Amino acid sequence: MSSYHKVQSKSSLRRLLDNNIIRLSVFFIVFMWTLPTAGMLVSSFRTPIDIRTSGWWTVFLPPYALSQWTLENYRNVIFADGMGPAFVNSIIVTIPATVIPITIAAFAAYAFAWMKFRGRDALFALVVAMLVVPLQMALIPVLRLYTSLELNGTFLGVWLAHTGFGLPLAIFLLYGYISMLPRELFEAAWIDGASHYTAFTKLVLPLSVPAIASFAIFQFLWVWNDLLVALVFLGTNPEVTIVTSRLAAMVGTKGQDWHLLTAGAFVSMIIPLIMFLSLQRYFVRGLLAGSVKG
Amino acid sequence: MQTTESHPSHNDTGGMAALISRIALAVITPLIIFYALYQGFLFLRDGDSPKWAMTLIAIIWGVGGVAALYWVFNWLVEMLPLAWMQRLQPFVFVGPALAILTWYLAFPALRTFWISLFDRGGPPEQFLATFTSWPPDSWVGLQNYTSIFSERLMRETFRNNLMWIVFGSSFSVAFGLLIAILADRSRWEKVAKSLIFLPMAISFVGAGVIWNFMYEVRPSSVPQIGLVNAIVVALGGEAHPWPAYTAISPWNNLYLIVIVVWLQVGFSMVLFSAALKGIPEELKEAGRVDGAGEMRILSGIMIPYIRGTIITVWTTIVIFTLKIFDVVWVMTGGQFGTEVIATQFYRQSFVARNPGYGSAIAIILLIAVIPVGIYNLRQFQDREVF
Repeated sequence: MSSYHKVQSKSSLRRLLDNNIIRLSVFFIVFMWTLPTAGMLVSSFRTPIDIRTSGWWTVFLPPYALSQWTLENYRNVIFADGMGPAFVNSIIVTIPATVIPITIAAFAAYAFAWMKFRGRDALFALVVAMLVVPLQMALIPVLRLYTSLELNGTFLGVWLAHTGFGLPLAIFLLYGYISMLPRELFEAAWIDGASHYTAFTKLVLPLSVPAIASFAIFQFLWVWNDLLVALVFLGTNPEVTIVTSRLAAMVGTKGQDWHLLTAGAFVSMIIPLIMFLSLQRYFVRGLLAGSVKG
Repeated sequence: MQTTESHPSHNDTGGMAALISRIALAVITPLIIFYALYQGFLFLRDGDSPKWAMTLIAIIWGVGGVAALYWVFNWLVEMLPLAWMQRLQPFVFVGPALAILTWYLAFPALRTFWISLFDRGGPPEQFLATFTSWPPDSWVGLQNYTSIFSERLMRETFRNNLMWIVFGSSFSVAFGLLIAILADRSRWEKVAKSLIFLPMAISFVGAGVIWNFMYEVRPSSVPQIGLVNAIVVALGGEAHPWPAYTAISPWNNLYLIVIVVWLQVGFSMVLFSAALKGIPEELKEAGRVDGAGEMRILSGIMIPYIRGTIITVWTTIVIFTLKIFDVVWVMTGGQFGTEVIATQFYRQSFVARNPGYGSAIAIILLIAVIPVGIYNLRQFQDREVF
């Protein structure tokens, strides 16, 4: 018994040392991970001349010159460089491109889970198969289709594209959730004379809020941060272009204007950051659930 | 909203007039709704009203329109006799989803394959005309595929993707696991994890700007303003534009891969952390009693226990790196020997205007993704997501 105690006290001393090493290394990793973003954020508030002549980390060293700070960069990117209109366009693109696929997918997921019809399993297999199709496959044919429908460069076109590319995952995830709802719930509703439509709108939708919220966050973020689909279907016309395309264009034309690029980058990520900080739990779940997107 | 009364078959006392008005209603209501939606469509496609009005109408049309369509079709179907209603209603629910999937994914996948068999002229406009005058001028058969595998640039592209797969996935898995293990024992676990997860909210374009700034290089006569080169110079090294530094090719690709590792580690960390928390405490305690050290417990008990999660994370990141596009496009545009499959696809299809060649690249990407994708989905289904 006493020897066991000795081992314990010895290992607890070592554990204390270990704990400090662990704490230090965690701190070090977190520090490293935060540096790139911090550098961007600090630089976006510095004057162009200061950014060009000294590293951003010098703001944490004396003489702490107040003259190096400015909001001018933000005024420039938002008004002169079109980040403001692009921000509005991003909102126009993202909200319907999130809600439409969820609505369509929820109906389909309910039918696959709780309605009997011919070919159900085969059709569901088709949906799952579409999960592995990279969206690059669809770009050229859909673009040709859009040319004949005059949908190129329209918001409608890009909503429908995001709907199409988001649907397999949305159906797959919502099916996983809706099919797990207890059967008794539905039987009670059907016996009371509720139609499928009523059961869906009154019962399934409210109960599926956690799954819908997780997917909604994933899809919102995916659409907001997407560059490829926006480049192909919306293009760079300032009337419709979104923040990611605008920022990518700025990288091409103003590669050395770090005061503008850093401010522009921060404008493009402010909404995702707010979502991350305010909805962290759903946010993490949503991203994990969405990781299999094609 | 709707009860059995709405089925005519149950409604035996209704007269002829009631039936006619019911049919008229069934025809007119959808027509009005379709007309309204079509007008909205035209307005959105051609309209040039003020931005805020377009925004509002766009969102209402997009969101409300979809709901209205389901409501109308369901309403129509529920007026049918019971047997027909039961037969048709499922298709009201799944129909739109299947139509969109066919239109946007299934059919385009086939069409991409078809296009890949032609040169830059593309297949003839009329599908049937292709066969009446066989073979069409632009037909090249599998030649696009053979040239993909023989061209030097494409070989370089495949090599780069292989580097992305190997280094991208193993770094993400290793770092994610390390951080999950360390953070689990730290008092600041929550904050630390949030800060490491945070880059996942950032777009690739945004990350591209951040890292371009990190790698910024200045002449040796002036102070470095990019953090990486500032550290390199402070340690006595020489500043280089790292991702564009062709002297170390192909290892300059690693400087791009680092960016994706930075973005993705949060993902693997969260999954690993959840899996590690699921290991029964008794299992680890048993190991300790047997005298195993922490490293032994880690390699002998913990890692085998979370093997399934490791495979899930690994395959997810492999698929992700196979399709990598934005980071390369924004950082180097594929120059300096950093071209990958997806950037080549984009360049061939939309810049070089050679959709046949681009489509062939897309098909190869699909073939590469399918086996990993199937495996990944299998693993995914065993996992609790919500």
